Amino acid sequence: MITNIIIVKDLVKKFGSFVANDHLTFEVRKGEIFGFLGANGAGKTTAIRILCGLSFPTSGELSVAGYNVYTQREKIKQNIGYMSQKFSLYDDLTIFENIRFYAAIYGLSRKDIDNRAEILMKKLNLEDARNKLIRDIPLGWKQKLAFSVAIIHDPKIVFLDEPTGGVDPITRRQFWDMIYEAARNGITVFVTTHYMDEAEYCDRVSIMVDGRIAALDTPVALREKYQARNMNEVFLKLARAQTKEVA
Amino acid sequence: MAVSVDVQNLSKNYGDVEALKEISFSVKKGELFGFIGPDGAGKTTLFRILATLLLADSGTATVEGFDVVKDYRKIRKIIGYMPGRFSLYQDLSVEENLTFFATIFGTTIEENYNLVKEIYSQIEPFKTRKAGKLSGGMKQKLALSCALIHKPEVLFLDEPTTGVDAVSRQEFWEMLKRLKAQGISIIVSTPYMDEAGLCDRVALIQDGSIMQISTPEKVVESYPLELYTVDSADIYRLLHDLKKLPGAASVFAFGQSAHLSFQKGKLSREGVLDYLSKTGHKEVQVKPVKPNIEDCFMELMQKG
Repeated sequence: MITNIIIVKDLVKKFGSFVANDHLTFEVRKGEIFGFLGANGAGKTTAIRILCGLSFPTSGELSVAGYNVYTQREKIKQNIGYMSQKFSLYDDLTIFENIRFYAAIYGLSRKDIDNRAEILMKKLNLEDARNKLIRDIPLGWKQKLAFSVAIIHDPKIVFLDEPTGGVDPITRRQFWDMIYEAARNGITVFVTTHYMDEAEYCDRVSIMVDGRIAALDTPVALREKYQARNMNEVFLKLARAQTKEVA
Repeated sequence: MAVSVDVQNLSKNYGDVEALKEISFSVKKGELFGFIGPDGAGKTTLFRILATLLLADSGTATVEGFDVVKDYRKIRKIIGYMPGRFSLYQDLSVEENLTFFATIFGTTIEENYNLVKEIYSQIEPFKTRKAGKLSGGMKQKLALSCALIHKPEVLFLDEPTTGVDAVSRQEFWEMLKRLKAQGISIIVSTPYMDEAGLCDRVALIQDGSIMQISTPEKVVESYPLELYTVDSADIYRLLHDLKKLPGAASVFAFGQSAHLSFQKGKLSREGVLDYLSKTGHKEVQVKPVKPNIEDCFMELMQKG
């Protein structure tokens, strides 16, 4: 049976007279990798902030992990993980301190924290580097660690906002291996990216244009529908139809 | 052909970190030259040295024949530099920013309007808006206009397309091609491997070293392995199984397919098909494929 872990119905978000999200309606299925694509300024960040319980919608019905975005925002925050390229780890804390910090924020017990930290460092081959400051480790390590930390509390959903920007192509693929693994362990993955080959790795993809969802389907179905060889062509066809610059 | 930028054995360390390790290259006049590599490869350090904002530890660099240390004042007059981070005045309007940069270089918007017209006209309807309030794509166009307004001979663009969506990225490269047609030498860096094909020549850079310098075509031609694209109904399991295939040199996901490389003679298409049928894969396809820059980059990374 398919259960929907995110349900969005007629989401509208306005900033003054500007409509950033214009009646968005979509569902995300439990355990899927859901790609959330769109041009700069299409309204992706606005929608993600609402789904994460950081901002109120102007109107619409939304439920995230079974909780209401108007009345149960703290519950939502406890049940999701979040990682962005910009905000990830504390540069002047060590690897171990960062893990402990995030685990504690998510309310894990002392014993649990130590256990999970050890498992995590072992998995990432970081045992010998545990006391290194984040600022001294390579970007690729940081990103893998940031992702692991974002799911250290076994959230129902993890939101990844351009998680692979700027990393080398091998690390980028290793990162996607981790995403697949998380999805196989039942975590729903909600991801944005500007790399169109990564859109192909998603179970389903939505493409936002001008505050609306212009298309939503599996990559295979989208390629067929728009008679495109790959997702890059699908994206260009949809996004290029719109020429208006958005503020 | 005349040289625009010449760099010999350039090194720069930050404490224990070797940001640039004795790199050498030269860019011809009128060339569109790309530095392709991930964050931390040394691209920004190199651009800052060439823009005379940072001193190298050793080695030499010249821009249009001027030395980056001795003649830095002359260099600053003839280059346009667009740093990776948006560095215009956020609380000045679009027009004020452009006027500011024109004035600093002793010119006016009117005098060089021709050069920026095509780019600037797209943001001109918003010329009274504060730069800080622009969208990503518009900021990028304004930054490029400001870097161009004094009619530079050489343009340094440090990751102009990072964080920019696929549509705007394509438009940006179309603009660069037209600038090149006006005779400006352009040195651009990017972490997006697919942009390499749009340059005349590229340097693939990783961990402070240049792994290869060539035309994009020759980079691809020099790929030393056999490369196949492999499909299966279950791509996740396919990647895992292919990694266990004896003789495989590398296995990487590429969109909906996997790219499998091996040394000539080590494996065959039939062998791969046989292995995949034994491991229970369905809807299998194995086809030879021409490598792209990303395949080449990863191959070079693994060698290094």
